[in-house]
Amino acid sequence: MGSPLVYFNSLWPKEHTYSPFEVMVRKEVGDHIRSWRFIVMLLLVLFTFAGAMYVSLTNLGKAVQNVNDPDHVFVYLKLLTTSDNSLPAFHIFISFLGPLLGIALGFDAVNSEKNNGTLVRLLAQPVYRDQLLLAKFYAALLLVGVLFLSLVLLMVGAGLMLTGVPIEAAELFRILAFAVLSVIYVGFWLSLSIGLSVAFRHAATSAITAIGIWLFFTVFYQIVVNMVARAVLPDPASLQAEQVMAYNNILLSFFRVAPSQLYTDAATTLLMPSVRSLGPLTMEQMAGAIPAPLPFRESLMIVWPQVTGLLAASTVCFAGTYFLFMRREIRS
Amino acid sequence: MENPIIELHGLTKNYGAKKAVDNLSLKISKGEIFGLLGPNGAGKTTTILMMLGLAEPSAGEVIVCGTNATRHPIAVRRKVGYLPDSAGFYDNMTALENLIYIGRLNGIAEREIVSRAQKTMEMVGLGAEMHKKAAVYSRGMKQRLGLADLLIREPAVMILDEPTLGIDPAGIRDFLHLIRQLSREQALTVILSSHHLHQMQQICDRVGIFVEGKLLAEGNLETLSGHLFGKDSLVVQVSVREAVAAPEVLERQLRGLDGVNSVVTTANIWELSCHTDVTPDIVRLFVQNGLNVTCVHKKEYGLDEIYHRFFENNVKKESFQWEVR
Repeated sequence: MGSPLVYFNSLWPKEHTYSPFEVMVRKEVGDHIRSWRFIVMLLLVLFTFAGAMYVSLTNLGKAVQNVNDPDHVFVYLKLLTTSDNSLPAFHIFISFLGPLLGIALGFDAVNSEKNNGTLVRLLAQPVYRDQLLLAKFYAALLLVGVLFLSLVLLMVGAGLMLTGVPIEAAELFRILAFAVLSVIYVGFWLSLSIGLSVAFRHAATSAITAIGIWLFFTVFYQIVVNMVARAVLPDPASLQAEQVMAYNNILLSFFRVAPSQLYTDAATTLLMPSVRSLGPLTMEQMAGAIPAPLPFRESLMIVWPQVTGLLAASTVCFAGTYFLFMRREIRS
Repeated sequence: MENPIIELHGLTKNYGAKKAVDNLSLKISKGEIFGLLGPNGAGKTTTILMMLGLAEPSAGEVIVCGTNATRHPIAVRRKVGYLPDSAGFYDNMTALENLIYIGRLNGIAEREIVSRAQKTMEMVGLGAEMHKKAAVYSRGMKQRLGLADLLIREPAVMILDEPTLGIDPAGIRDFLHLIRQLSREQALTVILSSHHLHQMQQICDRVGIFVEGKLLAEGNLETLSGHLFGKDSLVVQVSVREAVAAPEVLERQLRGLDGVNSVVTTANIWELSCHTDVTPDIVRLFVQNGLNVTCVHKKEYGLDEIYHRFFENNVKKESFQWEVR
C-alpha cells in the first residue's frame, strides 16, 4: 500500500478484461508514440505551429485594428489566419503537412506486420480481421485528433493570456470545427496509406507511392488542369461574362478533385467568417450584400460539400482496403 | 477412433487450376501427437490454415472441437493455438510484453495476466530472459517464446508448423521433448508439420504422409511400414563365423518358420525378410544347427524408408507420365 497510485485502483478495476479491439488500439497508440517517425512529425507540426503563431501574434495588432476587414473582431480566428507573407498561415501549412503525417502513420501498417511474421500470428488469435484494420486506423486518428485538439486549445489559451480578450462561442466552434476538419483531412491520407500498405508487399513501395500521390496533388495537379484547360477550352479573354463564369466553374470543379483544395477551401471558410461563397459570384448575386461575417451555421453549410467530399474519399479508400485485406492470403 | 477432436471431411483447396489440398479426410483424437509429414509445397500449411479458418476450403469441411472452422473461426481459434513456421514478434517490445499482448487479445483478466505470463515464460525455460527485447532473441528462443504464446492461452489443440526449422540439433531435442512433456501433462492434442523424418519419429504417436495435397498414408510407424512394405516389413540379418556346410538344408528350415517370407544369403551373411518378428526363432534355429552366430541385426523400416518409398513411387509416376506424353 506504499504507492499513492493505489487509490486509483478502483478507477481501473483489475478484473476488467479489454476487448481485442481495445487491446490492439492501446498497442498501436503506444507504438506510434514511441516511434521516431511520429516524434519527427510532431516536432515538424509543432515548429510550424509556433512559427505561424509567432508571425500572427506580431501582426495581430494591425489586423484587429483594420476596420475595413469585416473579420477584424474575431481575435482568435485572426490569430490562426494572420500572416505577413513571410510565412504561410497555419492551415496552409497543415494542407501539405497533414498528408505527410497521415502517410507517416499508415504506410507500413499491414505490410510490415506481414513481413515480420506477426500478422499471421496475430490473426491466429481469436480476433476478427477487420478489427485489426479498424484498430490501426482508429489508433492513428486518435493520436492526430489529440494532437490537433491540444494545439488549438494551446493556441486559445495563449491567446487568452496574451491579449486578455474573452473568446466568443462562435469563435470556439469555428476553431473546433477547424480541428475536426484537419483530422478528417489527415484521416483521408491515413486511409489511403493503409490501403497502399495492404496492396504493396514492401513498406518502401507503399511509402513512395503514397508520397507520389501526395506530390502529384500538391504540385502537378493544378499545373496539369491549367494546361489541359488552356488546350481544350477557349481563351477566357475572348469570352462573354457568363461564359467566363462557366469557365471558372469548370476549372474549380476540377481543382476540387484534389483533397488539399477541398481542405484549404473548407478551412478558409471556417476561419474567415466573411467568406460567403467558394465559387465565383455574379454582380447580381452580390448586389445588396453587406460585407459582414456569416454566422457559424452558414459557414458550416458552405463547407458541407467539402467535408462530405473528404469523408467520402476516406471511406472509399477504407472500403477498398477492407476489400483487399479480407480475402487476402495471410501466409508470408 | 472415439471422439475425434479434429475431423476433416473431403477437404479440398484449389489455387486456380492447382490443387493444393485434394479431397483430404482425417481424424485426430484428443491427446494425440500427430505429425503431418511431407515435402515442401505438399499442402501442409494450407491444411493447417483451413483448420484455423484462416483460409477457405474450396470443398469439404473442417470440424475442430465440434465446431465448423470455416463458419465459426473465432470460436475455433479460442481453443486452438497456432505457431506459424516463421513466427515473428514485435521487436520493440520485450518478450514478456509480447506475451502479455497475446494474453490480452485472448481475454485474460488484467489481474492475473502478468503472473500468468511470467509463469508461462518459466515453463518454456525463458524465465531469465523474459525482460529482453524480442529483437535480441535467437531463433531457438523465439520458437520457445512462440510456444509460450500458445500455452498462455491454455488451448485444447496446438498446431505447430515446422517448429524445428533453423534450430540447432540440441535445441531441437529440447524443444521436442518440451512439446511431448507438455502434451502428456496437460492432455494436449498436438499437430506438428515437418519434413524432418527423424524428429517426427521421436515424438509423434501417429503420422500422416502428404504428397501433392493428398494424404497417402496415415498411422503409427508399424502400421505405416506394414501398409507400405506389405509382408516385407522386417528384415533380420544374421552373420555367422564359418561358412554353412549345407546352406540348402538351413534355407529350407528357415523358410519353414512361420513368418519368414524369403531368405537371401551372401557368404556368411543371411538376410531374412519377415512379416512378423520371429528373430528369437531364427537365432534358435542357427544355434541348434551348431552355427557360431556373431551378429544379429534387426532392420525395421523407419520413416526414412517409408518416406523414400513414397518419394520413389512419386518419381516413378512422374517419369511414367513423361513417357506417355
